[in-house]
Amino acid sequence: MSVPHDWIPAGSSGVLADAPPGPPREHVLAGLRGTDEGPDLVQLLTPEGERIACPDYDAHVADVDTAALQALYRDMVLVRRADREATALQRQGELGLWVPLLGQEAAQIGAGRALRAGDMAFPSYREHGVAWCRGVDPTELLGIFRGTDHGGWDPVATGFHLYTIVIGNQCLNATGYAMGQRFDGRVGGPDAEATMCFFGDGATSQGDVHEGFVWAAVYDAPVVFYCQNNQWAISEPNERQTRVPLYRRAQGYGFPGIRVDGNDVLACLAVSRWALEECRSGNGPVLIEAFTYRMDAHTTSDDPSRYRLADELELWKLKDPLERVRVHLVRGLGVGNDFFDEVAADSDALAARLRAHCLALPQPGPERIFSNVYAEPSPELDAQRDAYLAYHASFEGGAE
Amino acid sequence: MTVTTASATMAKALNDGLRAAMEGDPKVVVMGEDVGRLGGVFRVTDGLQKDFGEQRVLDTPLSESGIVGAAVGLALRGYRPVCEIQFDGFVFPAVDQISSQLAKLHYRSQGRVRMPVVVRIPFGGGIGAVEHHSESPESLFAHMPGLKVVACASPSDAHWMLRQAIASDDPVIFLEPKPRYWEKGVVDDDPPPLHTARVLRRGTTAVLACYGPMVRTCLDAAAAAEADGHDLEVIDLRTLSPLHLDPVFDAVRRTGRLVMVAEAPSSVSVAAEVAARVQEECFHSLESPVLRVTGFDTPYPPSRCEDDYLPDLDRVLDAVDRAVAW
Repeated sequence: MSVPHDWIPAGSSGVLADAPPGPPREHVLAGLRGTDEGPDLVQLLTPEGERIACPDYDAHVADVDTAALQALYRDMVLVRRADREATALQRQGELGLWVPLLGQEAAQIGAGRALRAGDMAFPSYREHGVAWCRGVDPTELLGIFRGTDHGGWDPVATGFHLYTIVIGNQCLNATGYAMGQRFDGRVGGPDAEATMCFFGDGATSQGDVHEGFVWAAVYDAPVVFYCQNNQWAISEPNERQTRVPLYRRAQGYGFPGIRVDGNDVLACLAVSRWALEECRSGNGPVLIEAFTYRMDAHTTSDDPSRYRLADELELWKLKDPLERVRVHLVRGLGVGNDFFDEVAADSDALAARLRAHCLALPQPGPERIFSNVYAEPSPELDAQRDAYLAYHASFEGGAE
Repeated sequence: MTVTTASATMAKALNDGLRAAMEGDPKVVVMGEDVGRLGGVFRVTDGLQKDFGEQRVLDTPLSESGIVGAAVGLALRGYRPVCEIQFDGFVFPAVDQISSQLAKLHYRSQGRVRMPVVVRIPFGGGIGAVEHHSESPESLFAHMPGLKVVACASPSDAHWMLRQAIASDDPVIFLEPKPRYWEKGVVDDDPPPLHTARVLRRGTTAVLACYGPMVRTCLDAAAAAEADGHDLEVIDLRTLSPLHLDPVFDAVRRTGRLVMVAEAPSSVSVAAEVAARVQEECFHSLESPVLRVTGFDTPYPPSRCEDDYLPDLDRVLDAVDRAVAW
């Protein structure tokens, strides 16, 4: 287990003094991109598919054999396929909106597969891969984007909270949940639990995120803050949110911050397992910055060509999270075509199931507006509902 | 800056208004999320950063409390910030700064400090959006003394009201009806004062009072009501704080009936305030109770339910029928 002197650099004279060289200041002022990964990036699998030694974290994935790596690969292929199908459904007018995860599969599957059944996850609105790992079927995500519900899954049964659209709100909610885990004695024992909170680089500017860091530190909350730095908050590069690499902010709040290659599923799994174990054993919180890239638009309503260069995307395609695992499976571990054919067939079947489910989603009736506003009865609202339903019924078979 | 008299979308009319204000006063700065290079998610600030630079059009960190809180500081330093909150449902982190500082500094400083800050908020539903993108929080701000609150409904009003709001030495919450951003209209050259209601259509049967996105709905309802022999007056309130109800009182005294139409939930709302004031001022003229056609007292529903949630032509005409038959 780590203690503070492990993660505060000896002789550190301040965050800026020993910060790795970022983009030159004139570049920052000119709004130019600084996508340098820096010297502290944790990586186990290179973009070329080579497994490299990582003494600090290798032990946390020692159990990941060929079959386990195949399973991680399959997860990523399937969530990417579901993501592409949902994007197509939006383009065809079947969804009002979709929020693509393209490029962030490794960051999400690595973290999601590190979670245990008793843990809790708080997503933003792009965590379709984490949802997958928590057993939330991709079909259950569709209602939000087709406009039939605000979240179709059971957050208690799945250990996966509803999507949070207001940026950063969930960081305080996750902290409070983790405080509850500690108050309930679920830290340090055999039944220990932890919470993982997902947010993006843009969210790190919100007060709720900073307050979450403060609260989690003060109450030793077993929460892993998992920031997927995908480089862009809609049109704003992360130089608009920070001067220092995001993981280094943790130091100022009094807990460790680690930057991991967010396109390396093995590294994300290893670092997430380590961080969750730290939390379960009472050394939380922890900040993980998964350094990745939003390869598609912010949402289907967004047009990235207005604010970023296509060259940047081409550079990141060379670091694709799926391709490096495929290469490693083939060249390093001798996995044959049968496996890849099977995964392709599974992903096509998933896409077909997703599409069929989307088209069959029932139109909610007007009573849905009034249902579940309160846990306890509200006679006033019941009266509003009854009046509207009576009005609505007056049209049936009539003019409307 | 000459005003274009050609037909323009509301988004373009707002863009022209911002440009005119920035050209007219170097202290006017625009700040918000994605307002710079992208030009805002509704393109209201399109091209402004290119022409005025990054110090006058700020792509801010993702922090609404920061946007308004920093705008307060800039105003203390002599600037006239125009803040953009990207969507109605994202304004709530800024509510502390709006209520505690922006709205109260003039009062607290006994007039020594002015807060010429505009907070632009796209509001209302009807665009099939996900959660937190379709809300109507105007009553919250109208309930905060020290703030002024206005809502535009046409390209011409959008243009002129924004320029007037920027010129105001008081903080103004400026509400833009997002389903109307792409509707076109001619920008007038003779705008009325900012804090005035406007009669859009004269009538004798009953009065429809409305603002923002419901203005179009009420004009459509009034046109449809002609077939039933109803001659409806339509009044765009435009200013929600302070309210300017003289035209409403006048019309109620002539017609005896008022239907107040708004998207926001009805309880403790602007619509409720209008109803209360009309019965205080026009009690003996009323032929029927003031009726409200509004959203329900529920969170904004999933978008596939929004046609049921939002007041529409049928609900407005149903209320007119009830008022007439009272």
